[in-house]
Amino acid sequence: MADKLIPTPSQTVGPFFHLGMAHPEWADLAAADTAGEHIVIEGRVIDGDGAPVPDACVEVWQANAAGRYNHPDDTQTDKPLDPKFHGFGRTATDAEGRFRIATIRPGPVPGRGNALQAPHINVVLFARGLLKHLCTRIYFADEPANATDPLLSSIEDEAVRGTLLARPAGEGSPKRYRFDIVMQGENETAFLDI
Amino acid sequence: MKTPAPFARPRPDTQPPYLYPDYASTVKRSPKRPPIRLEHTLSETTGPVFGDRWAGADATDLTRQHKGAPLGERMILNGRVLDEDGRPVPGTLIELWQCNSAGRYHHPVDQHDAPLDPNFTGAGQVVTGASGGYRFLTIKPGAYPWRNTPNAWRPAHIHFSVFGPGFATRLVTQMYFPGDPLLAYDPIFQSTADSGARERLVCHYDPELSEAEWALGYRFDLVLRGREATPADPA
Repeated sequence: MADKLIPTPSQTVGPFFHLGMAHPEWADLAAADTAGEHIVIEGRVIDGDGAPVPDACVEVWQANAAGRYNHPDDTQTDKPLDPKFHGFGRTATDAEGRFRIATIRPGPVPGRGNALQAPHINVVLFARGLLKHLCTRIYFADEPANATDPLLSSIEDEAVRGTLLARPAGEGSPKRYRFDIVMQGENETAFLDI
Repeated sequence: MKTPAPFARPRPDTQPPYLYPDYASTVKRSPKRPPIRLEHTLSETTGPVFGDRWAGADATDLTRQHKGAPLGERMILNGRVLDEDGRPVPGTLIELWQCNSAGRYHHPVDQHDAPLDPNFTGAGQVVTGASGGYRFLTIKPGAYPWRNTPNAWRPAHIHFSVFGPGFATRLVTQMYFPGDPLLAYDPIFQSTADSGARERLVCHYDPELSEAEWALGYRFDLVLRGREATPADPA
């Protein structure tokens, strides 16, 4: 243990991250022929004053429609990989704090032990004023499997649990969901220590 | 399936807090509730795998992105991405950005009254090699004022974004220069309580890396979380 190196501390991404991290095309995770239900997730990033955060960066990582991550450690060989789906995305908020991710609805993925996790998208948030990124997850409010999801089930306060749910925002194709990230205060998003 | 070994948790004081009032922007952007501790699942132990094709072309020479040479002190920046057990992290994406030698970012939000350099953008990226190594050629960034407190100046720094093997190893940080008197006054640098951890943020001058009549050499290794010791399989 004593021989271990100390990991590098996190430092804020600052207000100028677009210079090195801007890839607007990364906000679209899915190609036209990616398997699964195509969806759009839209929302805003809000600070403790309820003001929009115009200089945040949202990154997402998710499984494909079958519930498999495109990563060598995901050994669920009974589920297909989708050559048209990588699973990572990134976008920056605009002047009104809004962001938009176009993707496919992920399948359920294994949890710890024999648990199954409801479909979800893993999220990290970077911004000026965040010395280290915030982590959360996007679940889907209209997903029956939420009832048995280990993380959601562990959150007793329904209002807090509700901050992890993307809510349907009108039908049509692709289906749209709304997911706001509240950094502080009333309706503060449930953040995760991962 | 068996969940891959989780990543180790940080030791106390080796990462900054969310709320650090000396850095004023944290006051309204830090959550009030403590984050919910999540034991790692596949969702945290996996993360994006970057082939060269996906990440785009390497951009490691920041001094040749325009017609002319940028102003400033040319520097070679060389290092490795390792985990805390010292194992190299190959094939991971590094993104880097910085201001120019006068302390101005090529970014519309930066209105600091210092000149832009038409020959310097200040952005690069590379995917680490088999030994976790990377190398950039750039110019040394300048210090610049910010409005955290009156007459506050950021020490010269280069921003780094690195992914590592899982979403739980994601890291965005800043690299500083040895001997910079501004470090003592910079709340962003000082926000990490452990001095050994802070030292991790400072690059080292390396005369072996310097090239005569051409550029100064600095070394900077990035250390990501390693794996927790694997417990014995339950019988």
